Amino acid sequence: MSGTVDPTIINLVVFVLAVFVGYHVIWNVTPALHTPLMSVTNAISSVIIVGAILAAAPAETDFGSWLGVIAVALASVNVAGGFLVTQRMLEMFKKKQPKEKEGGK
Amino acid sequence: MSANQLTLWYLIASVCFILALKGLSSPTTARRGNLFGMAGMTIAVLTTIAVIARGRVDLVLVAMLAGGSLGALVARRVQMTQMPELVAAMHSMVGMAAVLIAIAVVNNPGAFGEHDPLPAGNRLELFIGTFVGAITFSGSVIAFGKLAGLGKKFRLFSSAPVVFKGQHLLNLLLALVMIGFGIAFFLAQDKGWPPYLVMTAIAFVLGVLIIIPIGGADMPVVISMLNSYSGWAAAGIGFSLNNSMLIIAGSLVGSSGAILSYIMCKAMNRSFFSVILGGFGAAEGSAAAGGEQKTVRSGSADDAAFLMANAESVIIVPGYGLAVARAQHAVKEMANKLIEKGVSVRYAIHPVAGRMPGHMNVLLAEAEVPYDQVFEMDDINSEFGSTDVVLVLGANDVVNPLAHEKGSPIYGMPILEVAKARTVLVNKRSMAAGYAGLDNPLFYMDKTMMVFGDAKKVVEDIVKALD
Repeated sequence: MSGTVDPTIINLVVFVLAVFVGYHVIWNVTPALHTPLMSVTNAISSVIIVGAILAAAPAETDFGSWLGVIAVALASVNVAGGFLVTQRMLEMFKKKQPKEKEGGK
Repeated sequence: MSANQLTLWYLIASVCFILALKGLSSPTTARRGNLFGMAGMTIAVLTTIAVIARGRVDLVLVAMLAGGSLGALVARRVQMTQMPELVAAMHSMVGMAAVLIAIAVVNNPGAFGEHDPLPAGNRLELFIGTFVGAITFSGSVIAFGKLAGLGKKFRLFSSAPVVFKGQHLLNLLLALVMIGFGIAFFLAQDKGWPPYLVMTAIAFVLGVLIIIPIGGADMPVVISMLNSYSGWAAAGIGFSLNNSMLIIAGSLVGSSGAILSYIMCKAMNRSFFSVILGGFGAAEGSAAAGGEQKTVRSGSADDAAFLMANAESVIIVPGYGLAVARAQHAVKEMANKLIEKGVSVRYAIHPVAGRMPGHMNVLLAEAEVPYDQVFEMDDINSEFGSTDVVLVLGANDVVNPLAHEKGSPIYGMPILEVAKARTVLVNKRSMAAGYAGLDNPLFYMDKTMMVFGDAKKVVEDIVKALD
């Protein structure tokens, strides 16, 4: 038992814990909001844009960095589209009667 | 910015993402949740741009502006009935972005702070991120085509299952070959382009083959499943870049999609594997054809209006037919008229009504139906017995009493118990069977009156008759 922990192991720890968090948070989502859930998760998975930005960054552009630029554009469509369409849907659920009564479990 | 600072910012962004999902537990907190999501994304993007300050920030900004404006435009323009297509299209973009990033990593690991050539461990993670991303991309493109109704032009997009002999064997073989090339990439001493590219190409093909045999009625499962895949792809890329935030965000999305798939499968009483293996609905119409000639009672919109106006309680059961006819606003108007007359009006939603989870709720919300009039199946099933009139709008399988009969293909599927109500009004365009290809005994009951026609037209006629 010595030496540093391999980054992959740390990644695995984060991964397993995040799956547990996801599991518990998602079961609490009311079924009425499952469509906004899908669009917002879409936007959140587009955080992959962080990787795309790194790929696009090198000062000397080569074909890999151009792929990165394309990836940034694709992910941006999702980031903007995902959050905005979710907002649009949630606005609809706001209308009138803000009573604390839910359809879900 | 130091790597430590960067990681701490990413931690804040990750917490924001968790709060975004947590907000969705109720419509009252959901909008605040979404703002958390946006804040998290802004933090993630800005800190990353700060890291690459010496690189081609100009290119990144141009790409973000172009993609972002397109996304914003689509978000503003899209019809609520088209949400399933939009979500499928967005999944495909996450998948493609994952593949492109992975290729860029193979090409120039140094740009991501990795060793060059890549160590074996990173290759394994990259392999997983790439093939999940590729399957997500091509699978979502097929799902998009099926949902957008492109099946008439291209058979690949047919909403009926596309099946052929040896399909599962072929998929299995391709998957094994893909893994083989993955191992070759894993063991390669150089960059390993040839095995990597072959592996990616096979993954694209596999994505198509996995989705084509799945029929239209199973789309809610498919779309949830691809949602899940897009998350795992992001997490895979997070592993190869050693980025905890990507891993967390990806895992949240991955588990969300997986849970939604599970809920959808349960609501259809089908195992996940039977959906994935596909072929459901292939015998469309055949089950209905064999039966003896039965008679239905059909009536006009005026009759329906009379029955509902004289009822004490009405439950409306919306289905895909309502979405297709874009009848949600007309339905809301009808409900208002009835409520003015002192009739109690509620809506009953089956989990798989529509083409994606929660689709009906969004359509009703768009028409400004207050959400406390809208009930999930488990909450309203006990109420049908004490209800005067049920109006079924373009739903079929989810109200089919055959689900209670042993031996029927949908036996065991939870349904809305509309047959317990005193009178059932069913609006359909014709007597055609639903997606399950089954006849529906509900239509032949004495208490049932069929109102044929386009859902929107019929509901508008009812509204006129109510005046």
